[in-house]
Amino acid sequence: MTEFLIYKLIMCGAIFGITLGVAAYSTYAERKVAAFLQDRIGPDRAGPYGIFQPLADGLKFMMKEEIIPVVSNKFLFVLGPCIAMLTALMAGVLIPWGNTIVINGTAYPLQIADLNVGILYVFGVVSIGVYGIMIGGWASNNKFSLLGAIRASAQMISYEIAMGLSIIALVLMTGTLSLNELSAQQAGGIGSDWNFWNVVYQPVGFLIFLVCAFAETNRTPFDLPECETELVGGYHTEYSSFKLAFYLFAEYINMFVSSAVIATLYFGGYNFPFMNDLGLDHNMITTLGTIALFLKIAFFIFFYMWIRWTIPRFRYDQLMNLGWKGLIPLAVVNILVTGFIVLMTNN
Amino acid sequence: MLTNRSKLVVKKEMSLSERLYIPAILSGIAITFRHLFKKAPTVRYPEKTREISAVWRGQHVLKRDDKGAERCTACGLCAVACPAEAITMTAGERKKGEENLYREEKYAATYEINMLRCIFCGLCEEACPKEAIFLTDRIIETDYSRDSFIYGKDKLVEGVTERIDVTKRQTQQVLAFKQHKQLSHNK
Repeated sequence: MTEFLIYKLIMCGAIFGITLGVAAYSTYAERKVAAFLQDRIGPDRAGPYGIFQPLADGLKFMMKEEIIPVVSNKFLFVLGPCIAMLTALMAGVLIPWGNTIVINGTAYPLQIADLNVGILYVFGVVSIGVYGIMIGGWASNNKFSLLGAIRASAQMISYEIAMGLSIIALVLMTGTLSLNELSAQQAGGIGSDWNFWNVVYQPVGFLIFLVCAFAETNRTPFDLPECETELVGGYHTEYSSFKLAFYLFAEYINMFVSSAVIATLYFGGYNFPFMNDLGLDHNMITTLGTIALFLKIAFFIFFYMWIRWTIPRFRYDQLMNLGWKGLIPLAVVNILVTGFIVLMTNN
Repeated sequence: MLTNRSKLVVKKEMSLSERLYIPAILSGIAITFRHLFKKAPTVRYPEKTREISAVWRGQHVLKRDDKGAERCTACGLCAVACPAEAITMTAGERKKGEENLYREEKYAATYEINMLRCIFCGLCEEACPKEAIFLTDRIIETDYSRDSFIYGKDKLVEGVTERIDVTKRQTQQVLAFKQHKQLSHNK
């Protein structure tokens, strides 16, 4: 029992630390990628190549004056960023970060909790995330914040439908909701045991999921909730100091987690090509698999930034058009086609 | 129409491939991806400086003559020539025993250039009959207060031992002008 507790505590601590670390360095990566895509250099003053920039930014956030507007609802004003941060961190619990590690004959899966309704839990937690933005924006008692919050909630609810529908097609195909099983099913890949990742069977579903993930994390081209040109800062206009940092940080954690979910659902999770042909022992394969998963996540985080500096922001009616008239019908058709093919192949 | 690059805007219905967004997005990310590997033209300024011309018009210098005496006679022609009205000065009379300090009987007791007003046009240099003021290839350093940009004689006059080389600024016309020995200040 104590062994189990220690193992779970280590897992929780490690994943918490890694999540925060990745989120912190995503801010650095964002600025560097932005710079490189625009033929600039980016931050390079704090340490070699500016690698201490996140520490400097964090320190700056801590030293800033903490302002709570007098007209705001103080309790909700503080609660907003807390919910945003909490839900962002909670979603990472279910990601299978690797296969099992065998120590003294006991197999330890590199996952905090393996729920059999894994994806549904992720969806549930991500949906609560919108409350953080809603509450924060509403409690600020500011027109711009409220507009940003309303936009955020409308956008997230719209795109959650398409996202859920795109997942249904995947679930029809794989027959499981557990993220761990989804990863295990994609094992092998190219090599002696011929087995493709889910993206090969579900390209349309992947595309819908990817677009919705951009909308869910409020990233460009769907960053209307915090669109600077119209809404000052959107839902976090009135926020300063560490509460603002919480909101911004939550966005980067969401990015990290959604990249991990995309990698797990569609890109084989911790599996990599030729993994069964290398002839390495189990623990070694697991370690390499975890590295492979993090490389995939890194690619998707880069992809988020890459898109950010390529595509301009959508107009609000375009956003709603795309969601309701484009992605949702497409997702329904995808379900129909997938269901038909599954029915045919199973008979 | 001057560049022949103007395009007539046609408001037509978008074709299917355009409405899908995806081809346009793919070509977009291809363009940005190419920029990822381009060399940034940035010059990391304090460590590296841009190569600047030998006749770059930067911070002024008040020259001394060969013996180390200040050339400026506070005639005020530079201040008159200055379009930005950045130069002010007060004249002083040379006393006995100061011949090694000032070349002529009159000299600039104070000489100030407001570097925030200065537009570095070089007209002071052109106006000077005494070959006293030159612009150099030094860049004005940044600072936090406006007062520190008013450069007095302490910053403008070159050191007796640390001479500032302005030979590259002296064009053929200047050098030809200096050949006229009948002009008093060329003696």
